[in-house]
Amino acid sequence: MFVFRLDTHSGVPPYLQLVQQVRQSVLLGFLQPGDRLPLIREVVEDLAINPNTVAKAYRQMEQENLVTGRPGQGTFVNEQQSAAMSASTYTSLRRGLATWLRRAYAASLDEQAVNALFTSVHQQTRNEDVA
Amino acid sequence: MTATEFALRTDGVGKRYRRGWALRDCTLALPAGGVIALVGPNGAGKTTLLRLVVGLLAPSTGTVEVLGHDVTASTPQTLSRVGFLAQDHPLYKRFTVAEMLRFGRACNLRFDQGLAERRLAKLGIPLDRKVGTLSGGQQAQVALALALAKRPHLLVLDEPVASLDPLARHEFLQVLMGAVAEGGVTVLFSSHVVHELERVCDHLVVLNHGRVTLTGDIDTLLAEHRLLVGPRTATDLDRAGAVVEAVHSDRHTTLLVRDGAIPAAPGWQAQPVALEDLVLAYLRRPSEPSAAVTSGVAA
Repeated sequence: MFVFRLDTHSGVPPYLQLVQQVRQSVLLGFLQPGDRLPLIREVVEDLAINPNTVAKAYRQMEQENLVTGRPGQGTFVNEQQSAAMSASTYTSLRRGLATWLRRAYAASLDEQAVNALFTSVHQQTRNEDVA
Repeated sequence: MTATEFALRTDGVGKRYRRGWALRDCTLALPAGGVIALVGPNGAGKTTLLRLVVGLLAPSTGTVEVLGHDVTASTPQTLSRVGFLAQDHPLYKRFTVAEMLRFGRACNLRFDQGLAERRLAKLGIPLDRKVGTLSGGQQAQVALALALAKRPHLLVLDEPVASLDPLARHEFLQVLMGAVAEGGVTVLFSSHVVHELERVCDHLVVLNHGRVTLTGDIDTLLAEHRLLVGPRTATDLDRAGAVVEAVHSDRHTTLLVRDGAIPAAPGWQAQPVALEDLVLAYLRRPSEPSAAVTSGVAA
């Protein structure tokens, strides 16, 4: 059964954290079509988290067509149309990032500097896409 | 939203003790079915507000409406739908747990003793033990089981986890959130700890110096606020009104703003703000009358 985590220092709203965890797990193949997500009640009692937050996350995942709720049975991961990354794309992106990281460390950037650089470029690219 | 969709409404509520005003101009509308945190430093007026809500105090000004009924005119029937857990979980320490449940049944119009017994059995708390011999966490669980046995529509808790160790706190919140998941109860609790609020609440009320300084749906509040980081500047930027807090270092300025628009000036970046930082920023603000920020009641 899929297990959710909660990072209370990330600044990301809890419901979004839950959605992101499922999205990532689907992308990376940890969750496959037909897998059942835990019941809202189970997530609530496991994480000591507000049920409305879990319900909101599940609603959002249904809207994104990531999962389907079947009354009385539970919530199941859907067959993904485009979202699932092919194994070759995954490997090549991963390799590209590893190469870049090695260059950064060779240029004696530390972990914090790498994160700062990544976040800054990431935000910039995202802003450009919006504009 | 109709009146009954609000678990609690207050209008211009104030409470004056002999020493002065403990609470002033408190106007709130809190949605039913949610978990609402009442946050503020010690002495901010949290306990006063909670006692007004459950009818243990009468307001000096304004009105308090709980589950659609004026609290000052409340009958035993309306009060039976409100549960209250006072600070430090008061119980009769020399009663056994079973006697405590018997007491609860005798004192309440509605009391589901079986429900309380099942909850306590699940937690492994024996009914024949004297309450005073239980750990702090177990005593808190007994008090919570008693409050939930009333099957309240509104459950009010004053600093419920302040005295508990981290494990007991987690277990207490697990049970409380589980009760909310069963439906039909709105939870209002006070806390001076802002850490980890986000996981348990969906609605926030910040109280400081006896006044409400921020209230709203948490996701909406977080979406409305942004941290802007940029080159050092005066705080104007044509939008001083929206600046909640400005922090300047030698070369940088960090602004917490409410409308989230990024300044046109070059070099500015926007970041989301964590709930804890948001609450602290509002608590640091000097008190100014009628400056409460209200947001997204109908989320």
